[in-house]
Amino acid sequence: MKLKTLLLSAAMTALVWAAPMGTALAETRVGMITTLSGGGAGLGIDVRDGFLLAIGQSGRDDIEVVIEDDQRKPDIAVQLADRMIQSDRVDVMTGIIFSNLAMAVVPSATAQGLFYLSPNAGPSALAGRGCHPNYFNVAWQNDNLHEAAGAHANGEGYENAFILAPNYPAGKDALTGFKRFFEGELAGELYTKLGQKDYAAEIAQIRASGADSVFFFLPGGMGISFLKQYADSGLDVPVIGPAFSFDQGILQAVGEAALGVVNTSQWNKDLDNPANAAFVESFEAAYGRLPSLYASQGFDTANLLLSALAKADPSDADAFRAALEEADFDSTRGDFAFGPNHHPIQDIYVRRVVKEGDVFTNEIIGVALEDHGDAYAADCAF
Amino acid sequence: MTATLLAEQILNGLQFGVMLFLMAAGLTLVFGVMGLINLAHGSLYMIGAFAAAAVAGATGSFLLALAAAMSAAAAAGALVERFVIRRLYDRDHLDQVLATFALILVFSEGTRWLFGSFPLHLDIPPALKGPVTLPGGIEYPRYRLALIAIGLAVAAGLGLLIARTRLGIRIRAGENDREMIAALGVDISTLYTVVFALGAALAGLAGALVGAIQSVQVGMGEPVLILAFVVIVIGGIGSIRGALVGALLVGLTDTLGGIFLPRFFGLFLDPSSAANVGASLASMAIYILMAVVLVWRPTGLYGARA
Repeated sequence: MKLKTLLLSAAMTALVWAAPMGTALAETRVGMITTLSGGGAGLGIDVRDGFLLAIGQSGRDDIEVVIEDDQRKPDIAVQLADRMIQSDRVDVMTGIIFSNLAMAVVPSATAQGLFYLSPNAGPSALAGRGCHPNYFNVAWQNDNLHEAAGAHANGEGYENAFILAPNYPAGKDALTGFKRFFEGELAGELYTKLGQKDYAAEIAQIRASGADSVFFFLPGGMGISFLKQYADSGLDVPVIGPAFSFDQGILQAVGEAALGVVNTSQWNKDLDNPANAAFVESFEAAYGRLPSLYASQGFDTANLLLSALAKADPSDADAFRAALEEADFDSTRGDFAFGPNHHPIQDIYVRRVVKEGDVFTNEIIGVALEDHGDAYAADCAF
Repeated sequence: MTATLLAEQILNGLQFGVMLFLMAAGLTLVFGVMGLINLAHGSLYMIGAFAAAAVAGATGSFLLALAAAMSAAAAAGALVERFVIRRLYDRDHLDQVLATFALILVFSEGTRWLFGSFPLHLDIPPALKGPVTLPGGIEYPRYRLALIAIGLAVAAGLGLLIARTRLGIRIRAGENDREMIAALGVDISTLYTVVFALGAALAGLAGALVGAIQSVQVGMGEPVLILAFVVIVIGGIGSIRGALVGALLVGLTDTLGGIFLPRFFGLFLDPSSAANVGASLASMAIYILMAVVLVWRPTGLYGARA
């Protein structure tokens, strides 16, 4: 019985492998592995929706997007990637939200000759020595928004900041990024538990530390909890964070507690360029909600892909890579270029949370860093 | 380290502890009376929070939201007991774990289907907003004080229920000898449904109360569930008093460990690595506590059965 099943599956596999050879395959296959269930689902859904919106607007029907849910689990992401590479035979992969999943999937996918376009995760390991010519990050290197927060804190004249982040690699990158640019003293530096929802103990320490500002990186539900509890504690030390705790998806859940808080982002819906205006309008029309920065990243990733496909086919890897490097698309962020390690060089803005009618959203109040690249590019040698 | 900071952290630990107690009480009752491992207890916590957020959003009343949370969780608990759990009493624990794990997935995706993937908003009632100044100059959020009071009141009520009422007598009898009380004419299946719904209502209450200062989102129950299991193992399975003592111990250890351990390592390490090592060790603290208690008392602090 077991042998029979084995033979059968071997035969099936052979069929799948043989099939594309017989048909003239003008189609480009894109594999999207992203988080569509569990706690981080809101991010993956926004990336997917932004990506599909751009593909739909291009009017091209020769692009097939295979979408799978990684459930935020590295082992599942690896299985999905193997299946997409071996049986779906995708040419380009994209979609991963979380850095630990990207680390599990990207190196082996690029080593097998695939192209990977990251719509979100930008771990430092893939930007420096571990960079790969087929890996392009269309969002940011993980440290970028935190570096901008550090620069903004200098601009505000803060001299004694209390900084906190979860105790995991991206949290350490965040505090490193902030400290790289912040010139003042640290009133305290805390690593909290990943997934922690109660920050009473940390808030008490902030109160006791005499800090003149607070920088925090607590993505998703952690940030919602922190902001609500911080607002209720009666502390009035100003807070800065990266956009991840202030995106369109979670602001409504934070509510009044987020009003007026300053955060750093490479995108906002009021960025004044035609591509962005068209994106915001069409996203709202298509999905009935305001886009988040994740949606803009998905949209830009798809448009980068489309711009490269217009010039070359992924089967001609060198030409396709050159076409990607040009970044010849109208980004929702305005100016956009790739640095030597295929990570963005872009402006990073300072935003403030405001209320428009009944909806909490952000408005841009300034630029934190102009044409900002990343600290790891020098370590990257293709 | 000032005395006010210490006092504030002790209050935080107490508050965390009593909320854990609400979760652990239901879990320990269900395990004690029915011998059932219910992994889906965290889902009932989530159902409570979502019901509260939906009702608070529609009516603006926090009290109605709490009532809705308890009734929704109790109803979900009773339905689950009647249609799924009842088939599992005679099975071994592995089957129960599998089935109730499946329930977690069903409840999570069902909630996503109903409410969407984005977190919901649930706010503190206006009357309890902001900090209050306690004797000694401690500024402490009013809402957290209310949580401590509610938690202790529920603990006292539950203690009275178990010790003084007919239902309590049946629950205690059920823990001791299931077959015998069935033989004495107690309707054991109704008793099971009632106990399950009671535990579910407490979990739903905890979800709603905690949801107001945290985030109401799919999957919020599972991290709390793990802590609640630690609590009932420390306190002794089946014991309400054990659950209370265990919950307070875990709450205080977790909160105080989180603040003192990094400072302790700061005495002889540089600040960055002290924060690192301290934070890592602090997240282990409650499990170390559990291990120590189990070495000292293998059945937990108040556990009767091995």
